[in-house]
Amino acid sequence: MPHLDVRNLHADYAGKTVLQGVSFTVTQGAIVSLIGPSGSGKSTILRALTGLLRPSSGEIWLDGRRLEYRQAADVAYARQRIAIVFQQYNLFQNMTALRNVTVTPEKIRKRDKREVEAEAVALLRKVGLGDKLNAYPDELSGGQQQRVAIARALALKPEILLLDEVTSALDPELVHEVLDTVRLLAAEGMTMITVSHEMRFVRELASDVMFLEAGRIVESGPPLQIFEAAKEPRTRQFISKTLYR
Amino acid sequence: MHAIIEQAPRFFSAPNMLFLGTALAHTVLLSLASCGVGLALGFLIAATRLTRGLPLLPLRLLLIGLTESLRRVPPLVTLFIVFFGFSLLQVDMSPFWIALIALTMIATAFIAEIVRAGFRSIPRQEWDAAATMNFSLAQTLLYVVVPQAWKIIVPTVSLFFVMFIKDTALASQIGVLELTFVGKSFVDRGFSPLLSFGAVLVLYFLLSFPLARAGQWLETRLAAS
Repeated sequence: MPHLDVRNLHADYAGKTVLQGVSFTVTQGAIVSLIGPSGSGKSTILRALTGLLRPSSGEIWLDGRRLEYRQAADVAYARQRIAIVFQQYNLFQNMTALRNVTVTPEKIRKRDKREVEAEAVALLRKVGLGDKLNAYPDELSGGQQQRVAIARALALKPEILLLDEVTSALDPELVHEVLDTVRLLAAEGMTMITVSHEMRFVRELASDVMFLEAGRIVESGPPLQIFEAAKEPRTRQFISKTLYR
Repeated sequence: MHAIIEQAPRFFSAPNMLFLGTALAHTVLLSLASCGVGLALGFLIAATRLTRGLPLLPLRLLLIGLTESLRRVPPLVTLFIVFFGFSLLQVDMSPFWIALIALTMIATAFIAEIVRAGFRSIPRQEWDAAATMNFSLAQTLLYVVVPQAWKIIVPTVSLFFVMFIKDTALASQIGVLELTFVGKSFVDRGFSPLLSFGAVLVLYFLLSFPLARAGQWLETRLAAS
């Protein structure tokens, strides 16, 4: 049984159709990378999975349970298991790095404060920010903020981690520090769905690559197929334009 | 000028000063109570307008309708509607309470908009992050939005409060003993208008100037932090 099963997902946004029938599955430990031109619907899939955007039709199954996003209980269930890291980090500006990581486990999930804090410190050390625990977001670089955001998502102990263009807002020289963190998670077997323009990174880490265009999956397969032997001409065209930029 | 000097000893008599003092107290009370209650209600209205889903839709529409119309109708008209509304319902209520209710409604409508603008100043990204981590609306406001938005809300509300002190003069129209009413009644008793309203003017100024300065100080201080 696939961990996550997305069936024939359709979505509209601002009167425009952004997803027109997207189906895919994600198995435990997989790293699925969504690639494609801007506006192809990659981020929309991630937003739909976290309940930020309600699909107009289609089904999302998680561990054999169909999630009905119209119901608050199901949205909450999905958000218990799926965590997302955003392009713009989306950190709470009024909280320190440490507080950003602890606030949800402590205040929303009502876990023990000391336990949560110890975990958060360990997570921030893991992403290389052990010396920035008490820094506020506006005192951190983009790469550091994004690593706080990753630590914050990990503190939720997600079964699936969504990475929505996590390096797109970063200065080029800061991209590697975030990618190093993602490599670490990949090595630990974290199930991830990523939207990324870092083609070399996708090729290195992804177990499956899906090429989207205009709200449809044009082609999907292992990285080697997509990058070296794409079946669809449109995929080849996209890859040749983006790969060695 | 001659009349003022001549009338001064009689004008600044103990009963008159007591009269002015009472009026000043009523003006302060009307401003403070209407803005205080307005802040609490305005916060609730702004929060309610952020809810989604059908069950609260009628309430949201009602609140939008009320706040939008109260902000567009001249305050005097609101006061008269409340005044004649109560007499139509044959509810016996003192002018002071009627004025307080009308002023509170007006203050609430404006403050609700100030609070709403404060909420909206928090970037969409932070609301999204909170939502995807299962924050309820109340938790999002408590932990994320209000701790940031109050720096915008508080100075703006205090600025509104200072402006609103002047608006409480409307209560004189239905016979509430407050500063403007007392000014008129002094004139009716034959005192020089310049002297009567001069005294009223000084009191309004002494009331609002320090508050306005305090508001400005607060604004720069909060903006810096």
